[in-house]
Amino acid sequence: MEKIRGRVWKFGDKIDTDVIYPGRYLKITDPEETAKHCFETVYPWFMEKAKPGDIIVAGKFFGCGSSREQAATCLKYFGIGAIVAESFARIYYRNAINLGLPIVVCPGITRHVEEGDIIEIDMEKGVIKNERTGEEITFTPLPDFVLDIFRKGGLIPYLREKLVDKTP
Amino acid sequence: MTIAEKILAKASGKKEVNPGEIVIAKVDVAMSHENGRMVKKAFEKIGIKKVWDPEKIVIIFDHRIPAESEKTANLHKEMREFVREQGIVNFFDINTGICHQVLAEKGFSRPGIVLIGTDSHTTTAGAFGAFSTGVGATDMAGVWATGEIWLRVPSTIKIVINGKLPPGVSAKDVILYIIGQKGIDGADYRSVEFHGETVREMSIASRMVLSNLSMEMGAKVAFVPPDEKTLEYVKARTRYPYEVVLPDEDAEYEDVWEFDVSNLSPQIACPHTVDNVKPVEEVEGIEVHQAVIGSCTNGRLEDLRVAAEILKGRKVHKNTRLLVIPASWEIYKQAMKEGILEILIDAGAVILNPGCGPCVGAHEGILGKGEVAISSTNRNFRGRMGSPESLIYLGSPATVAASAVEGKITDPRKYLGGK
Repeated sequence: MEKIRGRVWKFGDKIDTDVIYPGRYLKITDPEETAKHCFETVYPWFMEKAKPGDIIVAGKFFGCGSSREQAATCLKYFGIGAIVAESFARIYYRNAINLGLPIVVCPGITRHVEEGDIIEIDMEKGVIKNERTGEEITFTPLPDFVLDIFRKGGLIPYLREKLVDKTP
Repeated sequence: MTIAEKILAKASGKKEVNPGEIVIAKVDVAMSHENGRMVKKAFEKIGIKKVWDPEKIVIIFDHRIPAESEKTANLHKEMREFVREQGIVNFFDINTGICHQVLAEKGFSRPGIVLIGTDSHTTTAGAFGAFSTGVGATDMAGVWATGEIWLRVPSTIKIVINGKLPPGVSAKDVILYIIGQKGIDGADYRSVEFHGETVREMSIASRMVLSNLSMEMGAKVAFVPPDEKTLEYVKARTRYPYEVVLPDEDAEYEDVWEFDVSNLSPQIACPHTVDNVKPVEEVEGIEVHQAVIGSCTNGRLEDLRVAAEILKGRKVHKNTRLLVIPASWEIYKQAMKEGILEILIDAGAVILNPGCGPCVGAHEGILGKGEVAISSTNRNFRGRMGSPESLIYLGSPATVAASAVEGKITDPRKYLGGK
């Protein structure tokens, strides 16, 4: 996987899926359309200020709450480069992996990165470089099986290759 | 091994598994509600035509029933066509109830199986001893295609609850108390097992509350070890195989949490997180505009019964609206037979059709700016039930009913022979 480089937007702990993607838009299933409502109710500034390629850095338990995949889809189709958090809620974590939205569990990250910093993430090696401070922060890379889903671009392309393309 | 480890070992064809290990598990039940349409879209992208086993897929409409908009109506229509094309016989339309309740009533929730659902509260079926957990739509598309799912084997926390619950205090208060103590990530990624005399004494409906709300402390699965009560319920309802799986004597737990609930007060989760829990004594008197009894957490018969006990011969306060949503048509009908609905209607309650109702803020009963709700549902996140400037307090059905009578958050024990 190529390294991911982008500007940081910082969020606190326990950012829940209702905050990331409001329930009133659940009937929207077109991924491009979901990308218009990221954080809309509680952090309306996000849609104005954030740009594709930016990186979200969050505290503990990002994505807690409902299993709504739109909470990951909206950020993926908005073009968010990666989400780095102290920890994630498990369904959100799975959804992001399955959609091929780069996700990094990095305990301590919020102490090493400020809003507006440019960081570069090496998913395979497990290193985040902060360009402002020059600091390198390490994290445990994803298990190889999961990284493989990532390398293929998500669960759907992974399965397509396994089930369809390889069928003689 | 723990219950989670034993079920995952069996489902992945292994003798033994250890926490942290990733396994590919065979799925026994794959449940989706309206978000089945997102699953369908992802499934179609994989490029295969037929689902792996139409008998094992269950589709239950519950989130927006009947359709509140043309968009939802089209979604429902598309899914009805899809289940016909695929031969999915276990399809439950708008006249059945909330998915987690229907899974239990129709015999899909059963001991020892792997049950995967595209809804976070799928943990509910752990009350029957199923390895039951929520996933997103893409994950489910993989299950529809292969009948398998990758899962990390969770470590297990043993929760031991002892003591006789005081009058007016219920399973909802117990689990809210635990979440308040441990935090919304207290059991993140973990399996939890509920042990102890309080749990054994609980009804099936109450055990479902424990497993359901365990999701709100991050649990991946939440088991109540199956016993005679479980088997009595399951035997009467299922036509599918199951196997009682209990933890080994020497099972290794990551942690053991012990609680004595004999002096527990009714508990309230205050805005805007489920772990912001206080005893009712500390929040009594807050005025409420809407009171809600329902949801996959607390819309069962025993919940409606306690509400009727409190509301019989009384009226809902003039400044408060009471919405009651039975969790399923079976419950709805039984509540009608028992005269519960009449009592609630006489008190001034609005009875909504079985479904998710206002819990997810997508359908009826939305909150306006500055409004306050007391609700027996499961989440009080900012803006969940409507306006981001509304407030949601969570409590037991008894607390909600008592609060509806007084128009403010009220300790239900005075109506139920307690303190």
